[in-house]
Amino acid sequence: MEYTYYPGCSLEISAKAYDVSARNVARALDANLVELEDWNCCGATNYMSVRELRSFVISARNLALAEKQKRDLVTACSACYTTLNKTHRYMETNGKLKEQINDALSTADLKYDGTIRVRHLLDVLINDVGIEAIAAKAKVSLKGLRVVPYYGCQLTRPFGTFDDPESPTSMDRLFGALGAEVVDFSLKTKCCGGMLMTTAEPVALKLVRNLLDLSAKSDADCVVTPCPLCQFNLDAYQDRVNSMFRSHFSIPVLYFTQIVGVALGLSEKEILLGKEIVPAKRVLSSYVGGQL
Amino acid sequence: MAPPTLPASTLAELSDRFLRDIYSIPEGEKIKVCLQCGTCSASCPTSYAMDYTPREIIAAFRAGMLDRVLRSNTVWMCASCYSCTVRCPGGIKLTDIMYELKRLGIEYGLYAKGAKAPVLSKEFVKIVDKYGKNDELLLLGNFYMKTNPFGLARMAPLGLKLFARGRLPLRPSKVKGHEDITRIMKRLESKEAK
Repeated sequence: MEYTYYPGCSLEISAKAYDVSARNVARALDANLVELEDWNCCGATNYMSVRELRSFVISARNLALAEKQKRDLVTACSACYTTLNKTHRYMETNGKLKEQINDALSTADLKYDGTIRVRHLLDVLINDVGIEAIAAKAKVSLKGLRVVPYYGCQLTRPFGTFDDPESPTSMDRLFGALGAEVVDFSLKTKCCGGMLMTTAEPVALKLVRNLLDLSAKSDADCVVTPCPLCQFNLDAYQDRVNSMFRSHFSIPVLYFTQIVGVALGLSEKEILLGKEIVPAKRVLSSYVGGQL
Repeated sequence: MAPPTLPASTLAELSDRFLRDIYSIPEGEKIKVCLQCGTCSASCPTSYAMDYTPREIIAAFRAGMLDRVLRSNTVWMCASCYSCTVRCPGGIKLTDIMYELKRLGIEYGLYAKGAKAPVLSKEFVKIVDKYGKNDELLLLGNFYMKTNPFGLARMAPLGLKLFARGRLPLRPSKVKGHEDITRIMKRLESKEAK
């Protein structure tokens, strides 16, 4: 299986561990991720807040480049996923918009017809590779590891393409099949605050506090997410939550590909463990590079 | 809440623009069916911090008071989680409406005094237009310089931790086909000017 891979800006730097673990997990599962040549920013939520047509065009340049490769476009970032998917869908349903976008793209000899699909890496793992096939390739059982599957918002909303918008189960089933104890987490699709962490910090800290609080009460060893922004807010701002709410949370927050990587027997380096702010090595030490 | 100070003609223009733009998004005309049930406000994780809740936005629009909404903190408290959008029984795309209001607020210069989120979004656009990609360090640096230079000092300890873990960029990475992007943008500009 071959896919065109769109890392997105976050995965280049602040979520590098997500990028590295995603590529290595995909390789171990024979899903070949070929990086999209010369991709640009998807536009994210910020561009959409300033100029509509431009944000669609910025996003569509990637779709047009990817369409030339005639493969599904796969990203591991939930925000890129929703933004690129939204552009794809709105072009599909709005002929005038499609015309305007393609007119602008034509100045760079590009055009998007809408013949490819935009997909999240979690979707690829669950529906193309398959949970059973992943479990069959597992080298390490995650038995005894209590994980919170935290999906966040933009993986399943608004489109709900491959899982339920409010009660997704993909990660629950995947981690369960790999032997982990999966917490039935009622806040699994509640918002982490997203960019509000920068523009309205107290509001976002409160949202993160709720997530960490329930995770702690569930005796979780770690929180696992398919979104770089969720990881960042829960991990990097945990200290600040603690000082604002006088709490003592110390819960590692990992990318879902890191957990799958551990189960597949990948090394610390292959999942770039240690880049998180709240260290995860302690809870994972008996699993990483271990035996089944 | 500040009383409306917009001339009636500008306010009417604003309302017309809003409706025209909303109708142009797929299923945008569903805004007409809003029955004020409040599912959106109840689903919103940040409505507790908004001056007007999502439901009240539509009520305010119908009452010809859209400018009050724009001048409040409301739309900039939206984190784009799409909870309202997937739950609205009328299929109204509230999150898209939030985006539209953010854009109108920026275009008409109507947002709360000292609001930080519009600054962040505008700085983001500048960086993406220039480099083709976002650069998190540059974005936050520019943002804090414009909104709260002392905030940078407060961010320093976290910044150092991130830097030590290789999670901060050293320099912006620029898209190779950047000239393409510039050309594309010029084309859009010429069309928008018409």
